[in-house]
Amino acid sequence: MTQLALVIDLNVCVGCHACVTSCKEWNTSGAAGFMSDDNPYDRDPTGTFFNRVQTFEVGEYPDTQTVHFPKSCLHCEDPPCVPVCPTGASYKRPEDGIVLVDYDKCIGCKYCSWACPYGVREIDEHQKVMKKCTLCVDRIYDAKLPEAERKPACVLACPTNARLYGDIHDSESVVSKAIRENAGYALMPEWGTQPANHYLPRRKTEMRIHEDELDRAANPLKIDGRLPKPGVKDPSLDDVTSW
Amino acid sequence: MNPAFSVIFLTTLIGAGQGLFLALYVIEVRVATGLLAAPSAGYYWVGSAIALLLLAAGLLASFFHLGHPERAWRAAAKWRTSWLSREVLVLPAFMAAVAAYGWAHWQGMASATLVLGGAGVVLCLGLFLCTAMIYACIRFLQEWATPLTFVNFTLLGSASGVTLAAALAGYRGEAMVDVVGAWAIALTVAGLITRAAALWRNARLKPVSSLQTAIGIKHPRIVQKAQGFTGGSFNTREFFHGRGPGTLRNVKWVFLISAFVAPVALIAAGLAAQAPLPLVTAFAVQIFGLMAERWFFFAQANHPQNLYYQAVS
Repeated sequence: MTQLALVIDLNVCVGCHACVTSCKEWNTSGAAGFMSDDNPYDRDPTGTFFNRVQTFEVGEYPDTQTVHFPKSCLHCEDPPCVPVCPTGASYKRPEDGIVLVDYDKCIGCKYCSWACPYGVREIDEHQKVMKKCTLCVDRIYDAKLPEAERKPACVLACPTNARLYGDIHDSESVVSKAIRENAGYALMPEWGTQPANHYLPRRKTEMRIHEDELDRAANPLKIDGRLPKPGVKDPSLDDVTSW
Repeated sequence: MNPAFSVIFLTTLIGAGQGLFLALYVIEVRVATGLLAAPSAGYYWVGSAIALLLLAAGLLASFFHLGHPERAWRAAAKWRTSWLSREVLVLPAFMAAVAAYGWAHWQGMASATLVLGGAGVVLCLGLFLCTAMIYACIRFLQEWATPLTFVNFTLLGSASGVTLAAALAGYRGEAMVDVVGAWAIALTVAGLITRAAALWRNARLKPVSSLQTAIGIKHPRIVQKAQGFTGGSFNTREFFHGRGPGTLRNVKWVFLISAFVAPVALIAAGLAAQAPLPLVTAFAVQIFGLMAERWFFFAQANHPQNLYYQAVS
């Protein structure tokens, strides 16, 4: 089983929105058709996006942290949006776990968006079908691209490498290691959706120095003074302390 | 949620149609067992025609909810998993049963009506279940995820339909109008009790999701500083009604009075005066009240995705 997913490192994300614009650029130019906008250069602009970066302030001044939080479809392993779809337009691919919408089958009833607790599905107001992150399914399998570029557009665009991409069911993949070793977590675990995308928490880089580390406890080269010599007959630990 | 009028009309109109059909069938069964004075022959098929009209109007309204109504036939595909798909199958089947039932009465096929009507009752209850479960099965919409949703859809639909059956009986001067009117009052009062129970429950709900679980950060104080865009989006339009708590409170009192209190008073007045006009008015007021009730039902549901959209910038 393969479950492709993104792992987003909140410790590294600087909130530059490069993933948002690269996502829109790639997916609005794709074979599936454009992602429509209204009033893009006017008052009250609105449009279809697969990915957004939000900003939260955690804590109270002066002890605050600014957290930039990219949000796109989490490609849940138990996606609540899929079984509710009356036409089967919304489906989860068995081969790689990507949740997709068949735009030719979608009737635009919006029921799947009601059934997603994360709010990552958006109706295209002009094409009248539900749209969502495809994990750049038209990119990651494109054999015409160099191997290194067969990744979602947002991952390639991220200047701080905050977005990792891979198979979370492969225990040796970069995403599995990141989740395992850096306390990766899922959003709203209370609903049992088992999101495939994970987030890595903010972490403080601290250097801990204990009192005894300031003195040289071990003194193999006897620089800080000579240790009392053990007797010739006494048991010794190694060649250094024995004659 | 932002209430959609297409869905409000769908659920209230088919509810009334279903209730009217249930009333017709129960009247027929009680007449057949000698417990009720028989209405004139036209009562059943005229009633069936009105029920069919309400169901068709609801079905028509539902098409306005779709982005691609020309593809609506596809919605029958996933009946194994989707309550919406099941509703799409059961509603036309029920309409066919009502049409057959009315036609059999029109043709005077007394032997067929009880069987056809029995099949209709099964489909009718199935339709109530499908319609209610569309909402009740979304577990994180906590206001909807309760058996009370099914109970209310069934009782409120039945109440308005039986009120219409009483109005029709009164209009046609049928002898059993008193009994049907009493049923309408009983069902309306029962609906008031269960709807009040749902209001009571929802007022005490504790949200399972919070900003902490939404972004996975354990801190009591998290404030959104930007939602990622300055204009609106589907997320800001679809999941919030955009009105203040005062509007919600007003709509609640409007529907409590016009869907329950006023119809009961009007039906009682109509029965006391033996006049059809208060009965017809009772139905009109009640169906308006139930539309307000349905608006409130949608508006009150607080979608957890709103946690992500609390500040523009």
